[in-house]
Amino acid sequence: MKKIKYKPLKISSKYGILRIVIAILATFFILNFLINFGILSRYYSTILVFICVFIIMATSLNIATGFLGQLVLGHAGFMAIGAYTAALTAIALKEIITNDLLLFVISALAAVVTTAIAGLLVGTPALRLRGDYLGIMTLGFGEIVKVIITNLHITGGAQGLTGIPRIMTFPIAFWTTVIIVAIIYLFMNSRHGRAILSIREDEIASESVGINITKYKIIGFVLASLFGGVGGAMYAFQIGYLAPATFGFIKSVEIFVIVVLGGMGSLSGAIMAAIFLTYLPEALREFEKYRLLLYSILLITTMLFRPQGLMGTKEFSLTKALNKVIRSFVYVYNKFVSFFNKLFQKESEY
Amino acid sequence: MNVLEVENLSIMFGGLKAVDNFNIVVKKGELVGLIGPNGAGKTTIFNLLTGVYVPNEGSIKLNNVNIINVKPSQIVMLGSSRTFQNIRLFKNMTVLDNIKVAYHNEMDYGIFASIFKTKKFKDEEERANRVALELLRVFSLEAFSDEIAKNLPYGKQRKLEIARALATNSKLLLLDEPAAGMNPQETKELMETIRLIKDQFKVSILLIEHDMKLVMGICERIVVIDYGKIIAKGTPEEIRKNKNVIKAYLGE
Repeated sequence: MKKIKYKPLKISSKYGILRIVIAILATFFILNFLINFGILSRYYSTILVFICVFIIMATSLNIATGFLGQLVLGHAGFMAIGAYTAALTAIALKEIITNDLLLFVISALAAVVTTAIAGLLVGTPALRLRGDYLGIMTLGFGEIVKVIITNLHITGGAQGLTGIPRIMTFPIAFWTTVIIVAIIYLFMNSRHGRAILSIREDEIASESVGINITKYKIIGFVLASLFGGVGGAMYAFQIGYLAPATFGFIKSVEIFVIVVLGGMGSLSGAIMAAIFLTYLPEALREFEKYRLLLYSILLITTMLFRPQGLMGTKEFSLTKALNKVIRSFVYVYNKFVSFFNKLFQKESEY
Repeated sequence: MNVLEVENLSIMFGGLKAVDNFNIVVKKGELVGLIGPNGAGKTTIFNLLTGVYVPNEGSIKLNNVNIINVKPSQIVMLGSSRTFQNIRLFKNMTVLDNIKVAYHNEMDYGIFASIFKTKKFKDEEERANRVALELLRVFSLEAFSDEIAKNLPYGKQRKLEIARALATNSKLLLLDEPAAGMNPQETKELMETIRLIKDQFKVSILLIEHDMKLVMGICERIVVIDYGKIIAKGTPEEIRKNKNVIKAYLGE
C-alpha cells in the first residue's frame, strides 16, 4: 500500500458572494418549509427566533469587544432599551398599523434611535477608560438601565410590560439577522472597519497614522448599541412580555460568553457560538438537574483547549474547512498505511 | 522652503526640564539626524513634534502651520508621520491592511458607501490597493502582502513600519531609531532604503539613531542633544570632531 500526499484544495473566490447568497437562501427555505409544514414544532421555531436574537446580540457586541477591543459588560442594557422602546412604540401604534412587518420595522427603527443615543451617552465617557475599568463602567450602565426601567410607570415597573403584540415570525427574524450581519461584515471590510481594527491592535500607532480615535471609538460603540437594540426589539416581539429582571448582569455575561467562545473579532465564530449556546440549554433540558453543570463544564473545557475561541479572529472559509477535513483524512490514512506496512514487514521477517 | 521649524521648545516633567530651548529647522528634502546619549530627550522631542505631549514653551510649525495643541491624528493630516522605537505594527492585520489603514485619510467615502458597495467605494478601494502594493514594492515587501504582520521577520517589520508612515502621504518622516536591533547587513539595507525613499517620495526625514555608522553615512546635518539641550549642530564631519559631543558620549 502506498501513502498519499496532501494537496490543498483550491476553490476560486470568483462566485464567492453568489455561493453565500445561495447558502443563505437554502437555509431559509429549508427551515421555513419545515416550520410551515409543521415538521418543526412551534417550540423549535421559537428557539430559531431566539437563535436569531442572540446572533444579533453577539455580532453587535463583537463590534465593540472583538473589533474595537473594548471590554463591554453591559450589552443587555442596550438590549433592554431596544426591547422596551420597540414594545412601547408597538403598543401605541398597534391599533393604527395592522401590517405586522410595517409595525416591526417602525418599532425597530424607534429602538435604533434610542439605543444609538444611549450608545453615544455611554461611549463618550467610556473614551477615557480602558480595559477592566471600562468593563466595570459598562456593567454599571447595564444595572442603571435595569433600575430605571423598574422604577418607571410607563414600562410597567417590576411587574413587567404586557400587551406587546407578538408579531415576530421566523422569516422576519431571519432576514433581519441576515441584513444586520451583512451590514456589519461590509462595514468591517471598509476603511472605517480597518480604522476600528487598528484601534484594537495599537491605539498609539493608529493615531500616529492619522486615525481619529475618538470618532471611531464612538462609531464603534454606537453601532454596537443600535444593533443590540434591534436584537432587543426582536426579543420583545417574540416573547410578548418584558420584565426588567430579564436584562440583568447575567444576560450581559451570556452575550459576552457567546462572543468569547466564538472568537473575539470573528463574525462567523459569533454566529456559530450563538447557535450552539442558544440551543445547548434546550438540548440539555432532559438532564434538568445537571444542566447548568454541563453548561459550565463545556465552557471551561472549550476555553482550556481553545482559548482564542472557536474561530479566533478569523472568518469561516469553506475552502479552509474542506482542506482541514482532507488533511486530517490524509493524515489518518497515512498512519493507517504505515501501521499496516509495519505489520506486514514483521510477518515477512518471520 | 522649511518643512519643520521649531523654536525655543521646552517641556517640564515635574521639576525636570526634559527638553530645554530646543531649536531645529528641517528644509524640504533634507535628512537631519538627531543624536544624543540615552535619556537625552530625543524621543520626548518626537513626542512633542507629533502632538503626544504639549510643550510648556516654544512653537512648532509644520509646513508653516502652528501645530501646538493640535491632535496627533490631525498633525498626520498636516503632513508628518512617524515610526516608533519599539515597533508598533497592527500585528494581527495583514501587511497590505497595515498600509491601507495609513491610507485612510487619502480615501474618500462614507459609511453608507461601504455598506452599499457603491462604485465610489470600489474605485477608492482599488486605488488604495494599487498605491499600497506599489509602496510595498519599493520596500520589496510585495511578496508578503497577505502575510499577517506579526509573522514577518524583524527587519521587514521595521521596513513595513516606515512604509506605513509613508502611506499617510506625509512630507516629513520622523524615524525613531529605525536601525535598533538590526544586524549590520540589515542596517546597510535600511540605509539604502532610507536614501531611496528620500529621493523617490521627496520627503524630508528627521532621524533618531544610535548607530553612528548609519547616522554619519546618510545624514546631511546632525543635531546633538544632551540633558534636553542642544550641545552641537553641523555636518557629520564637524560633529565627529566636536569636543562637546565627545565629552557627552565618552565622558572627560
